[in-house]
Amino acid sequence: MPYTNQAAALIHSVKAVGERLIAANPVELAVGNVVRRVLHIVREEDLSLTTAAMAGLNLSAESDDEDDTDRDNHPALSAAAIAAASRSTLRPPSLQTLLEDVPDSAAVPHTSSSGGDSEGKSKSADKSSRSRKLKHDVIEAVNELIQDISTCHELIAEQAVEHIHQNEVILTLGSSRTVLEFLCAAKEKKRSFRVFVAEGAPRYQGHLLAKELVTRGLQTTLITDSAVFAMISRVNMVIVGAHAVMANGGVIAPVGLNMVALAAQKHAVPFVVLAGSHKLCPLYPHHPEVLLNELRSPSELLDFGEFSDCLDFGSGIGAPLLHVVNPTFDYVPPKLVSLFITDTGGHNPSYMYRLIADYYSADDLVLERRTTSGN
Amino acid sequence: MDPRRTARTVSDPKVRQVGFFTPAPPERSVSDPPRFQDPIQPPSPSPTQVNDHSPSGNSLSPVMIPPAHHHSDNFLRTALQATSPTKAFSYSAKTVTIPPENEDVASSFSPGRKVVSAKSPSSFPGVKASSVPASELTTVSVVNLPPGISEKAGGASVEVQNDRPVSAKTLKEKTSKAERRALQEAQRAAKAAAKAEGTKASSAASKVVTSANTKPSKAAKSSSQKNDGSQVAASEKKGGDRAPEKDRKKDAPHPRMQYDDKSRVEKAKKRAVVKQTEARNRVELFRHLPQYEHGTQLPDLETKFFELDPMHPAVYKVGLQYLSGDIRGGNARCIAMFQAFKEAIKDYSTPPEKTLIRDLTARISSYVSFLIECRPLSISMGNAIKFLKNRIAKLPLALSESEAKSTLMLDIDRFINEKIILSEKVIVKHAVTKIRDGDVLLTYGASSVVEMILLHAHELGKHFHVVVVDSRPKLEGQLLLRRLVRKGLSCTYTHVNAVSCIMQDVTRVFLGASSVLSNGTVYSRVGTACVAMVAHAFHVPVLVCCEAYKFHERVQLDSICFNELGNPDAISKVQGRKEINYLDGLVNQENLQLLNLIYDATPSDYVSMIITDYGMIPPTSVPVIVREYRRDHLWS
Repeated sequence: MPYTNQAAALIHSVKAVGERLIAANPVELAVGNVVRRVLHIVREEDLSLTTAAMAGLNLSAESDDEDDTDRDNHPALSAAAIAAASRSTLRPPSLQTLLEDVPDSAAVPHTSSSGGDSEGKSKSADKSSRSRKLKHDVIEAVNELIQDISTCHELIAEQAVEHIHQNEVILTLGSSRTVLEFLCAAKEKKRSFRVFVAEGAPRYQGHLLAKELVTRGLQTTLITDSAVFAMISRVNMVIVGAHAVMANGGVIAPVGLNMVALAAQKHAVPFVVLAGSHKLCPLYPHHPEVLLNELRSPSELLDFGEFSDCLDFGSGIGAPLLHVVNPTFDYVPPKLVSLFITDTGGHNPSYMYRLIADYYSADDLVLERRTTSGN
Repeated sequence: MDPRRTARTVSDPKVRQVGFFTPAPPERSVSDPPRFQDPIQPPSPSPTQVNDHSPSGNSLSPVMIPPAHHHSDNFLRTALQATSPTKAFSYSAKTVTIPPENEDVASSFSPGRKVVSAKSPSSFPGVKASSVPASELTTVSVVNLPPGISEKAGGASVEVQNDRPVSAKTLKEKTSKAERRALQEAQRAAKAAAKAEGTKASSAASKVVTSANTKPSKAAKSSSQKNDGSQVAASEKKGGDRAPEKDRKKDAPHPRMQYDDKSRVEKAKKRAVVKQTEARNRVELFRHLPQYEHGTQLPDLETKFFELDPMHPAVYKVGLQYLSGDIRGGNARCIAMFQAFKEAIKDYSTPPEKTLIRDLTARISSYVSFLIECRPLSISMGNAIKFLKNRIAKLPLALSESEAKSTLMLDIDRFINEKIILSEKVIVKHAVTKIRDGDVLLTYGASSVVEMILLHAHELGKHFHVVVVDSRPKLEGQLLLRRLVRKGLSCTYTHVNAVSCIMQDVTRVFLGASSVLSNGTVYSRVGTACVAMVAHAFHVPVLVCCEAYKFHERVQLDSICFNELGNPDAISKVQGRKEINYLDGLVNQENLQLLNLIYDATPSDYVSMIITDYGMIPPTSVPVIVREYRRDHLWS
């Protein structure tokens, strides 16, 4: 399909790949986040290039103010192309394009067809230079994104000193690298505190975190998940990592954290969620316990060998008598979260939706391409 | 009162009086006059006389309990399964007198029952007087028995009650004085014994215990004499008036042994039978609780088996079973302990120049301190021990040794029967009314009562689904799960972390309890509070099923002030999953502490209702039961 608008072509191909990636594991929301981030980057770069070109055009037009009206009649070769291109990027999606999903770039050649060959040549020259610039910018921005994702831990950990003071008791569940670095950063700054780690059955990641903390010299106490309510009255703060942060400020977290959040609310203990910005998902969680959850093998809970006589015991209607439920994630509603600490700073759960506008475009929320007859 | 009145098979529904009231003057038997001369007589069912005299009346109409034999059998069987096959406890229907046909037991329970107050969970009983006329308690279990059905204990207890008033009327004045003399003697002896033993923990126990025995028996005597209105002499009446005030002062439970007090811990260690090595890496927050290395105790105790002369082998066996975790669950531990004590009492013979009461009490105290060293007492066990010591102290001096021993054994049987076995049946009967077809019931851990409820509801033909929530490190839910699935219930199994995922489908939550404290806090297996909290957040009613003998007048706000600490190694190792060995080699690092809590305290606002053998009550009524039923009935 002929795309005169390089950006649209790029977007289309990224969407194609992204759709497949997301379909592979829909519960892994970070994948979708990154895809949408890249799409947003492409759109943004395209927009900034266009506005820069427009600005350049305006400047050149500004020089002969009295010929404002002549601008349209005597379009500079680059100006027409730029204007056409900018229309494609700056124009709000028309109803026609939305309904038919016709790439709006297809309309561009018609409007600028009056340009003529010279224009076409210049257009193509501009296009190629612009497209090269676009590619370059997009690649640069994506590299920046990669950099951001890999360094989000440090940025978050920098804020640790603001939140952890002396003689604190901190509770966490399971294991999260962000939390580990957060706590170690506070330790580096000579804050003395103790950590209660809940083991996080059935994966027992808490054991790993406890081991790490102990080797780094922090006073750690390992408790069972069932003891969380018992211990939380003596805890000053709960710090956890997240699997994903949804658009309403809710958190998809390792299983057991909803229980911890409820206990923390009852005892007025702040519940702090650490999340890199790549975990912020622009989707709203509908029925997250089922739709955004993953059920793992029951063998982690029950030994197949021991319970084999019960597990395939069929009742009269043929249904098995014993179900084993082993979910991976828990949904924590935004009202239970006190604070999000991201690499851009600390935010209230009610603020998270604003960050979405920074990172994602509205067009990319639904990634599935609709098949049209033209394709 | 005519002890020979014929049995009435119909009981009039009476208004149950709660609160202060004076019992009707021509009252039932005095509680602690000298014992019957002939404890074992052909049982004659004439229990209903007590029914008329029970001040609180009979409020429930007789309700049919479906054939209940398999409940107790089931319980016994499960208790047997839970324990390693032992011969010490023959849970046959003979020794534990279970009346399978006791259909109408429930009706008489609420008025006649009485809850022991003031029993601190360790072996130190609170010094609270509990005055329940023994007769009333005994007859409760056999009230409304259709004539002709007579259990051995029931009959015997009826006989007890029959004979007592006769003897009481004739010898009341003299025996009361003799009683008082005996009690004073016992008190003095206990004080001397306590001084001799020094200020070690167990001596504090025995001191408290014996003084507790004297106090409640005195108060009991005086209150029972209160019941015999017109016949009470003036001096005794004065005693009766004094006792309630003293009781009120002693209402605060005796403070428990705090293990951060170094001197007391050292002294306790010196006299300890079980060599405990303190665990390394003790959690600071729990310095006030004992924390010992778990691996070393069992082999050490096993080697000492033949060396411990004063320890009865049955008691030793029970201690070992506690230590190894073979017996678990409040009811099972209590019954096992009592069976062992029965054996010990059976083999007991009074040494020369000692009185039975004093010596036996001291011996029981030593057994109890041994059991504590094996595993700290649960609250139910504490209440039960207080009951036993109370009964011992009330033994009339005129009784021969064999008679006294058989009395005690009968009392123990009665206690087990009424307070545990039958009350479980009542609870089941109440609770199954709360289960409807199509319900999804959630339970946590493995409570014997909840298991009986579920099985019984299943037998009644109700269709429901059970969610069993389990947690580390004990994984008790798997035991319950296996038993339920074997019986054909459809179950879901999950771990406590997933409870908020599963709670949206749940309609009711049934929980068991180790104890319910006087501020409504439910003291139960760790994790119960989490489940109750999540249920509350999802607006699911939480029903706690607890026998009344487990109520306690202690109060507790959180799970840290009092708890039990288990084996820390159980946390670092995951049973059945060898790949979870992240903490190998790290266990002795000084930065790492492993905390294995056994109990936790659920706040009362998460509990919708408590189902007891007194009926279904809100959590706020627990102190009412503790207080009111303590006064009316001798805690026998």
